Amino acid sequence: MDAMLHISTLHYLVLGAALFLLGVIGVLTRRNVVIVLMSIELILNAVNLNLVALSRYWQGVYGPNALHGQVFAIFVITDAAAEAAVGLGILIAFFRNKETINVDEVNLLKW
Amino acid sequence: MGLLSQFSWTDYLLALPIILLTLFALGILLIDFMLPAEMKWANAVTAFIGVLFAAAGVVKIQLWMHANALPGSYGFMRTLLVDRFAIYFFYLFLGGTAVAILMSMRYLEAEHENHGEYYALMLLSVVGMMCMAAGFDIVLIFIGLELMAISTYVLVGFLRRDRRSNEAALKYLLLGAFSSGIFAYGLSLIYGLTGSTNLYEIARHLPAVLQDERKPIAIIALLTTITGLLFKIAAVPFHQWAPDAYEGAPTSITGFMSVAVKAAGWAMLLRILIGSPFLLSGLLAMRSTWVPLLVFVSIATMTGANFAALTQTNTKRLLAYSSIAHVGYMLLGLIAGTVTQLSPDGIKGILVYLLVYTFMNLGAFGVITSLRHKNVIGDELDDLNGLYSRAPVEAVLMLVFLLSLAGIPPLAGFWGKYFIFLSLISSGHYVLAALGVLYSVFGLYYYLKMANAMFMGKVETGEETLPVSLTMRAALGVTGFATLFIGIMPDRFIQMVNWALGIAQNPAIAKLMH
Repeated sequence: MDAMLHISTLHYLVLGAALFLLGVIGVLTRRNVVIVLMSIELILNAVNLNLVALSRYWQGVYGPNALHGQVFAIFVITDAAAEAAVGLGILIAFFRNKETINVDEVNLLKW
Repeated sequence: MGLLSQFSWTDYLLALPIILLTLFALGILLIDFMLPAEMKWANAVTAFIGVLFAAAGVVKIQLWMHANALPGSYGFMRTLLVDRFAIYFFYLFLGGTAVAILMSMRYLEAEHENHGEYYALMLLSVVGMMCMAAGFDIVLIFIGLELMAISTYVLVGFLRRDRRSNEAALKYLLLGAFSSGIFAYGLSLIYGLTGSTNLYEIARHLPAVLQDERKPIAIIALLTTITGLLFKIAAVPFHQWAPDAYEGAPTSITGFMSVAVKAAGWAMLLRILIGSPFLLSGLLAMRSTWVPLLVFVSIATMTGANFAALTQTNTKRLLAYSSIAHVGYMLLGLIAGTVTQLSPDGIKGILVYLLVYTFMNLGAFGVITSLRHKNVIGDELDDLNGLYSRAPVEAVLMLVFLLSLAGIPPLAGFWGKYFIFLSLISSGHYVLAALGVLYSVFGLYYYLKMANAMFMGKVETGEETLPVSLTMRAALGVTGFATLFIGIMPDRFIQMVNWALGIAQNPAIAKLMH
């Protein structure tokens, strides 16, 4: 097989790191709460990608039953769903009272 | 079929408090449907009974461990490690929750938000906390963390009609989910480096990782993990969510968050960084990397929080900054020791601190909760004005809590600081110890500012005596008694902490006690 086309664990990790950084930048710079929530999903997807790729790597070392990473990924997916549900619920409650979803108008509490 | 038969009854015994709390939480959700509006107090009673049952479950585990002469036991294929350390935290969470339930009863009626979900979520978040304290597998710790965090997001936003509550919940959720994401990323790298999710296995493989070219990745993993951990315990520079969430949340939840949720964050931090006191593991091999980080964070936390607290006019916000400052002092306990060697006295200081902090801080928030009546929200500094003439007992108790928070002997708060600073001095960190003492004195200013308002402030006209409910009296009585009792006779509690850490009593301290 052509060595140039071989995708190693490292490639996945670099992609995961890129997704993670995109997510972090998104959370820090975006004003719309929905986009901030999407950026957080991006971070969690970077985590999942890492976990699955690394699980694949460790399967090569410890045999096919070394599935810790994939199990962890399933838990992270569940958690992301729960977080998004509660996040959107809180956002709706907030919108009802304030009629905005921009982070910089979340300004009642400040020091 | 193979999986379930692998679990013996000890597995279920070790998870007994977790199982009981889950059942009670779900039970409250069901019963709440059938309760008429004027019977909603029954939810609080059910939750309280649930906490008592869970405590009985913890006692059962303790007796079983004692009968088998074990300091702890693995459960569920080594994902759970219920050791004395975990049991100590179980009691801390249950105690904090029980007092918070007592504080909530009248407050929720005053806010017209007396729903069963409140208590169900509270119990579920305790389930999460227990998974964090007893988890010995990063998957379980992460899931416990999220269960606790998501329940708390909803509780912070529980006053649906109050804009401040909505806003606090939104900020808490965004920053909390963000930090969880960073934390999970760190955990995924740790898994990748060591090939295991079990903290002991991680510790076993970590030294080899640190020897070769994987070390930079290990450092990234440590940085992201520790960022997530510091977010959860609200250390500067990751503290910005705390004052907002504390101010906007229902006051009873602020009290709950500042003690139980914070203790859970600490349990998780200690689990990840040092493993169990009976089985040192986790990221302890990287101690030489995380100690300098914590030195920076600790100084930043003490400085930032103490200065920010000076200018606050809202009592909940002021106490939020004070609780951040306390995190700074507690972090010093992890720094004590040498770069490679952990100081058991420092960890002991942290556990004593968390114990006394639970009572004194919950008590202070209890007094502020009791100020909520009729149209008064009661969280401004001015609302404390003349409290002594309106409710003398509450005012005196508040003074006790405030002085204890400031660390004045012979109150409980003094012992928390005493052991931390002692561990620093005995391991030669004189500058940090001096800085800690300096900031403790500094903190006295804003605590006395509140005391000044209570005793010297002018009562506004038309303010009659403050009605304090029976359950609130019980909550304040328990916390006030504990603050005084631990302060005057600490040996029993210090023995308890020694038991939790499995260290023999330090002879120098023993001499001081008797």
